[in-house]
Amino acid sequence: MSGPDGLLVADLSPGASAAARERAEHRPLLAVENLTKHFPLKGGLLNRTKMVVQAVDDVSFTVASGETLGIVGESGCGKSTTARLLMHLIALDSGSIIFNGRAVGTADGLSHRDLRRQMQMVFQDSYASLNPRLPVAMSIAFGPFVHGLAKPEALKRAMELLAAVGLDPIQFSNRYPHELSGGQRQRVNIARALALEPRIVILDEAVSALDKSVEAQVLNLLVDLKAQFALTYVFISHDLNVVRFISDRVMVMYLGKLVEIGPVNRIYREPQHPYTQALLSAMPSMNPRRRTLRAPLTGDPPNPINPPSGCRFRTRCPFAEGVCAARPPALLAPPGEDCRAVACHMRVPGSGHSRAAAAA
Amino acid sequence: MAEAKSERTVHVERAGQPAVSVEGLHVRFVMRDATVAAVNGVSFELEAGRVLGILGESGSGKSVTLRALMRLLPAAHTRIDGRIRVAGHEISAMDEAALREVRGTKMAMIFQEPMIALDPVFTIGEQIAETIVRHERVSYGAANRRARELLEMVQIPSASRRLKAYPHEMSGGMRQRAMIALALCCRPSVLLADEPTTALDVTVQIQIILLLRQLQQELGMAVVFVTHDVGVAVEVADQIAVMYAGRFVEVGPTEAVIDRPAHPYTAGLLASTVLGSVHGQRLEAITGMPPDLRALPEGCSFAPRCRYAEDRCGTAMPPEFALTPERMTRCLRVAAREIDLAGPTLSERNASMGMDRESNHGARSQCRTDVG
Repeated sequence: MSGPDGLLVADLSPGASAAARERAEHRPLLAVENLTKHFPLKGGLLNRTKMVVQAVDDVSFTVASGETLGIVGESGCGKSTTARLLMHLIALDSGSIIFNGRAVGTADGLSHRDLRRQMQMVFQDSYASLNPRLPVAMSIAFGPFVHGLAKPEALKRAMELLAAVGLDPIQFSNRYPHELSGGQRQRVNIARALALEPRIVILDEAVSALDKSVEAQVLNLLVDLKAQFALTYVFISHDLNVVRFISDRVMVMYLGKLVEIGPVNRIYREPQHPYTQALLSAMPSMNPRRRTLRAPLTGDPPNPINPPSGCRFRTRCPFAEGVCAARPPALLAPPGEDCRAVACHMRVPGSGHSRAAAAA
Repeated sequence: MAEAKSERTVHVERAGQPAVSVEGLHVRFVMRDATVAAVNGVSFELEAGRVLGILGESGSGKSVTLRALMRLLPAAHTRIDGRIRVAGHEISAMDEAALREVRGTKMAMIFQEPMIALDPVFTIGEQIAETIVRHERVSYGAANRRARELLEMVQIPSASRRLKAYPHEMSGGMRQRAMIALALCCRPSVLLADEPTTALDVTVQIQIILLLRQLQQELGMAVVFVTHDVGVAVEVADQIAVMYAGRFVEVGPTEAVIDRPAHPYTAGLLASTVLGSVHGQRLEAITGMPPDLRALPEGCSFAPRCRYAEDRCGTAMPPEFALTPERMTRCLRVAAREIDLAGPTLSERNASMGMDRESNHGARSQCRTDVG
């Protein structure tokens, strides 16, 4: 694949200074800082804002080149809003998204058009995300065509991509979306996402609507394509098993806040945030001899309209104390760990929580 | 009278009489341009107080089977053959009036989407009370009292207040609880559950699973639980029936089916549930797609996707073969003892997975705390 990203190639050219190379290697491909999106709910006289849905609130994370970051959480936690903000499909309220060292959407930064050449997205609903009146090869070729490739070239690329996602180009290129099964349509969507040769693909519940046997096929395909095209994934799912399979690092969200982030093994084996612990122990046991006996949480996830003060999880947290209502916990690395971060007062020495260690 | 009835009663079926008995069930949808063979010969018996989990993918016929048990399919386009007995009643021979008496009192159904199953213009309390009055001919006062007890039984907090709530005013988990209360309001001895936890978040899903398990045991109901999720089936079912292209391809006690799947499709389904796999390695996916129900293959319907298939698999659908008195599979090669799918069990694989995953990730674990 020809690297569409001139920046990285330039940075890593043999002539570059050692310091520049060092910087480029350690620079995350995507850095998100203090991302915030609130949706006002208007109504009443004069259409004034009555309430605010805090869909995503002050979320910061990075994605390294070549890794897969999984985002998990329950409905209303803001994971899909985060994906749409990354793609700039909706405007962010505040915060910044830095792609490969360049801010997105600012005057001297990366334009949305350039961003979308490097970052593409696959959605859950494979049918709704394709044009029902275009043969699938045309759908795939449309992006490259708009971005300046001649039509025959764009179609040629579409054919190659159909083959790459495991669909015979001769058999499938002229079919319409309704003539394909769900798994085949999702393969077409993946091919279309790859048509602009992006570096990051955001997969928002991309396998959630598929049957288990087809889901496994598509997950295998995603693993293969990642290696073949040197991709980076942001993989959003409510399915904790799938996220565990595909992710290198996992980020857990609750009511618009990032509560825990870290390498997949550490998170799944030793979750530190009480919400992560509850989420993982709520998974069906898969062992008929050791069935789940107690539900870790009661009630439903609360509404992100007017969330609780302080820590947003405190209303369902078995360890909540006064300090949890008083101030929100910061996202910090727990003592002795530099690979992960948790937003919980219990993990901060001297926070005032009775379970926290004494201040050093 | 009403007071005496409002106690939780344990249903005891006559000895030797299964709560649900299905023989040779076929369901076909006849349309102008094609006939869809949705269910193609399903037979099973379920005793009172037992839970059968029907596990299958979309289009396998699991929901159609469930709806056929209650005769909920549109009569104009549906042809049902076979014998269905539920709680001692011959469902297959009933007319609409008789069905109305049996639905709700002898058997009840809960659905995936409570928002669609519940009536949006009546409160939860009204819907439950109306059903009780209709079936048990008690006063509305008595029915309302029983409705409150039911909401308490399904662990809805502040039940009296929730009786006056409309479905849209409740959260997803609460709505699902309300639907369970509605289904149980006339003490059915058979509960049919059609993916009742699929639309719920994982922390709510486990609450509903535990509630259903508890109520099933307290009330001694027979439950047929349809799901596509192996994990959910393992949590609720005593017995699992794996369904493919309108047939049960494997039936057995949950432990046995999960530990040692006998049919290649079951084995493939378990292998492709991501849990048993090592990160970075490929999943053992089943290739291909489920068959077109408008034109089923002549032989074993799984043969086109089966890695063990031989020529003779394509000639006729394998008959039911009893591995043990409790276990059935429809596979010629398993019946002939030519293939044995017994590998490491799922729990063994999970145990070994721990080690493998560590080494797999160690090589590339990025230390990035994202602390601002």
